[in-house]
Amino acid sequence: MEYLSIFFDQVYKILFLLVPVLVSVAMVVWLDRRVWAFVQKRQGPNVVGPFGLLQTIADALKYIFKEIIIPSSSNKVIFILAPIVTMTLALIAWAVIPFSATQVLADINVGILYLFAVSSLGVYGIIMGGWASNSKYPFLGAIRSAAQMVSYEVSIGVIIINVLLCVGSLNLNDIVIAQQNLWFVIPLFPMFVIFFISALAETNRPPFDLPEAEAELVAGYQTEYSGMMYAMFWLGEYANILLMCAMGAILFLGGWLSPLEIYPFTLVPGPVWLVLKILLLFLLFALVKAIVPRYRYDQLMKLGWKVFLPLSLIWVVLTSGYLFYFNLLPIN
Amino acid sequence: MIAHSIFFYTFSIIAIVSAIMVTASKNTVHSVFFLILDFISISCLFIMIGAEFLGMIMLIVYVGAVAVLFLFVVMMLNVAQQKNQWFASEASSKHIPVGLIISTLIFVELIIVIGGWKYKPDLFDINNSLELAKVSNTHSLGQVLYTDYIHVFQISGMILLVAMIGAIVLTFRKRVGVKTQSYIKQISRERSDGVRVLNVESNKGVKIDD
Repeated sequence: MEYLSIFFDQVYKILFLLVPVLVSVAMVVWLDRRVWAFVQKRQGPNVVGPFGLLQTIADALKYIFKEIIIPSSSNKVIFILAPIVTMTLALIAWAVIPFSATQVLADINVGILYLFAVSSLGVYGIIMGGWASNSKYPFLGAIRSAAQMVSYEVSIGVIIINVLLCVGSLNLNDIVIAQQNLWFVIPLFPMFVIFFISALAETNRPPFDLPEAEAELVAGYQTEYSGMMYAMFWLGEYANILLMCAMGAILFLGGWLSPLEIYPFTLVPGPVWLVLKILLLFLLFALVKAIVPRYRYDQLMKLGWKVFLPLSLIWVVLTSGYLFYFNLLPIN
Repeated sequence: MIAHSIFFYTFSIIAIVSAIMVTASKNTVHSVFFLILDFISISCLFIMIGAEFLGMIMLIVYVGAVAVLFLFVVMMLNVAQQKNQWFASEASSKHIPVGLIISTLIFVELIIVIGGWKYKPDLFDINNSLELAKVSNTHSLGQVLYTDYIHVFQISGMILLVAMIGAIVLTFRKRVGVKTQSYIKQISRERSDGVRVLNVESNKGVKIDD
């Protein structure tokens, strides 16, 4: 009986986290399309609901009622598993995101490692989808994305080490609290820029959307998907983007901390600040999509391995040297 | 405690079944997927005994990087269509004794390790584990890794580096006739390098590509 009550308590908490995340994913898709349209002097989706806010829900409904087509030569189990894996991985990572000092589903010791691990598993959805489709374009897209995501993960890992050197803990709440006096975006600004660009590559966003480059690969790994399975890929992708924005907000922009610890700002609760910071980063993601043309594949790999990785490694040496020399290392 | 053991047995059963399926499944790509499942359930077991850092590193390194490259290679080689002919053909059955010897060796080693635990009772000493519980897993790992075992740690790092350089040297081949983009060359191009103004005589033309 006791287990059951614990179980239901957790389920209720999880639902109160996941439902807002899913709704905000829908809203964020709308925001992305609107920003994209405004940059190009178009209107964007503005018909369904006020300002077109319900467009994504209408799209999702359309996808639900469409037929799911499974290619006869595909590997059916893996083909069906792929979007499920993408969606699940995009959602389970939200368990460790702290919305305030107490509002966190799982306040684990190795929160940042958990986030990193889950985002590094994200590549499996794409590889599985691309391989199981048993078709040329999805396979090429999957191979591209595997190489791309693995290489940009390395630099994200090194950037996380930079932040951890300043914090001295792997707990996400500790990382936020360590930024009480100074957000890490100021001392580690170059790392923030590299993190942002690597996050673009990690989530296959333009200008790094080579896995689904429609000019060469039809739609990359999603080519053979239809109906609800396609929608799950699509929603999982946006949930991943939001997750990377949340990671950026927590690592560099002070998470749920208010920008200034003075009267009018302190009235606003922590979760609101976190959401605002996530939205700010997402706005940057959307603007980059509208402004920057797509990279060439060799340029992409060169950027990851020959520019970002050495730069962030050098920055690790600089940060640790600085902290050691001025005796600022967080030793407890 | 009941919930704990339910989770433990679930993960261990998944780990063992998927480990068997790695060798038993006919499709090579399926084997790799079962390997990944095995890694994930092993890291869950690590987390359950409180070694959360090891579990996460296992996920990041093995599942996030090594297995991806594994999968990559297996998919590229197109062995997916191959049937598992390891025991079927006459020629390959020679490998069975070698495999048996190696697996027996590993089994004996495992027994020695587990036996060592049994005969060194202070490993499971209550005081010892209480002291460990105060600091987090990551802290205690770092404390021994960078002090007592720094040389071993550095040497293993060097071995990995040498192996990496060796792999690159072995597979590196200088390709001739490949056009690569050089930013410096592109940026430092002047008008005088690219454009030549000529006075072309009628009916004679100019010689290009000289």
